[in-house]
Amino acid sequence: MRRQDAGWWLLILPAFLLMTAFYVAPIAQVLAISFTEPSPGLGNYERLFTSESVQRVILTTLRICVITTSLALLLGYILAYKIALASEAARQWWILAVLVPLWISVLVRAFAWVTLLRRQGLVNNALMEAGVISEPLQLVWNEFGIIVGMVHYMVPYAVLPLLASMREIDPRLLAAARGLGASRLTIFGRVFLPLSMPGLIAAGVLVFIFSLGFYITPAILGGGKTLMVAEWIGLQILDLIRWGLGTMMATVLVVAILATLAIFSRVVDLRRVFGSGA
Amino acid sequence: MSGTGHALALQGLTKCYGSFTAVADVSLRVERGEFLTLLGPSGSGKTTILMCIAGFVAPTAGAILLDGKDITPLPPERRDFGMVFQGYALFPHMTVAENVAFPLRVRKLSAADREAKVRAALDLVQLQGFAERLPRQLSGGQQQRVALARALVFDPALLLLDEPLSALDKKLRAELQEELKALHRRIGRTFVNVTHDQEEALSLSDRVAILNHGKLIQEGAPAHLYEQPRTRFVADFLGKSNFLQGEVRESVPGGFVIGAGATRIVQAVAENHRPAHGSRVLLSLRPEKITLMSEQDEADNIVEGRIAAWSYLGAGFGLNVETPDFGLLRVALPTWRAPIAPREGLAVRLGWSAAASVPVMEDAA
Repeated sequence: MRRQDAGWWLLILPAFLLMTAFYVAPIAQVLAISFTEPSPGLGNYERLFTSESVQRVILTTLRICVITTSLALLLGYILAYKIALASEAARQWWILAVLVPLWISVLVRAFAWVTLLRRQGLVNNALMEAGVISEPLQLVWNEFGIIVGMVHYMVPYAVLPLLASMREIDPRLLAAARGLGASRLTIFGRVFLPLSMPGLIAAGVLVFIFSLGFYITPAILGGGKTLMVAEWIGLQILDLIRWGLGTMMATVLVVAILATLAIFSRVVDLRRVFGSGA
Repeated sequence: MSGTGHALALQGLTKCYGSFTAVADVSLRVERGEFLTLLGPSGSGKTTILMCIAGFVAPTAGAILLDGKDITPLPPERRDFGMVFQGYALFPHMTVAENVAFPLRVRKLSAADREAKVRAALDLVQLQGFAERLPRQLSGGQQQRVALARALVFDPALLLLDEPLSALDKKLRAELQEELKALHRRIGRTFVNVTHDQEEALSLSDRVAILNHGKLIQEGAPAHLYEQPRTRFVADFLGKSNFLQGEVRESVPGGFVIGAGATRIVQAVAENHRPAHGSRVLLSLRPEKITLMSEQDEADNIVEGRIAAWSYLGAGFGLNVETPDFGLLRVALPTWRAPIAPREGLAVRLGWSAAASVPVMEDAA
């Protein structure tokens, strides 16, 4: 390293120390606790293979995340497609409409869904009065409620990378496909969809990783009956004071996220997923 | 990949965007197997006309006929025209072979037919061995040829070219011009080309249509347009031209005489096109039709002047000669055995025959 370069590195030293002290060190400690509490060894990790309740939490989390990601991608794709093909002026309003929910507290949104979906909520009352159902449906405090709330939260995160990748598609390619005789469906299937695939993968990774560690929305809309990983960790550490088990699951979560990133970094340029580059 | 082309006719084609008229009442025929070029500066409406033919733009008025059949309401995907887009618009996620196969795939040809036709099309544009490459791995000229192969592979009724060579450097452009011309000869299809490059238009086309401000100004064979421009715009846009303005003074056999200041200029004219005595006329005179005369040389017209500026262009000198009655006249002088060594301020005698220049009209504003 040349001397001038060393000077530049000094500039980021305070930030580096701050990150080490307040971010890396606690995570390392979490990792350490998972191997030492309540007794040193791999005992906590053994539970991954022996404990049915641990496995159930993981499976529930994966199922909810996969469903949430699929639905958020589907809705996000439709929205992004509409926005990408809209006129410049209309596009600004569409993007604003997508972004506004991001500025509202996740807590407020979760409770808003509770009031809509509960037994005497707007949805059940409307359906009953319309005579579609005779008994209120169980729409909240189960997996359905969690997924509704999470999809609602995730759609903007799906739209943004999708929109970025769709706007990179040269509109002349679509015109060329048309001129060569392709129907609208063929143009979508053979030209637009493959060219928006990087955005689709990026959005999928982003939403899936967010979903894995989701806490507030599942806690409120799951009503304590359906547990996802983050809430389960909270329960272990705060209520049951089982630090070893809680930190083990936290480590598994971090590893799962890193593994997802590692797999997809081979497929797409992750710098684009998180906003830098391009 | 042979067969006869189809004939195209535009009847009173008009396209307005709000109060702006992009194309104004253009009527034009393209004969079977003909290479027609729409030539004009940017904003002349040439691309809009091509987009109307392709079906991407719906005309405000007028009709487009293919072999006498009205195709105006047909969408682009049902017109069966091949098109080479500006910038080529190759599908970046498909190989060369997949790009070329695309129009066959949407027409649901069998895999065997597709393969045979793709190979024939790649042979036609001399891209054998590039089938598995991606477009970004090709040079500009190769991409252009893939676009051509893709536009021709499904035996289209018409081939439309939107500034097909504008993205290439000058040398490659000249090379591909020749190839494109040879290709047209070989397959005998009807080509409609759009360009702002007058050299390209002259060298490629059987016929050129010159457009300005959305109007068709003149159409004809390249040599006819160059030698007999109808208006000042045509003379100026196609090649270079001097313009001599004067008043008709007298009639002479086979021509008339104009005067400007102290100078008399004899102009040849067909009997039925004689301008009225005393009317003002404008003559277009190409720089290469002016010769340098020695003291004893004779010509129909002789004008004296001084070299105001000159440049060496390799094959020729470009002289700007200051004359008393016509201002600066441009003269192209071949360098090989040039009678003078140009320098600023040198007095020269310019001469040209009565048939060298041609009367043109001023363009309506």
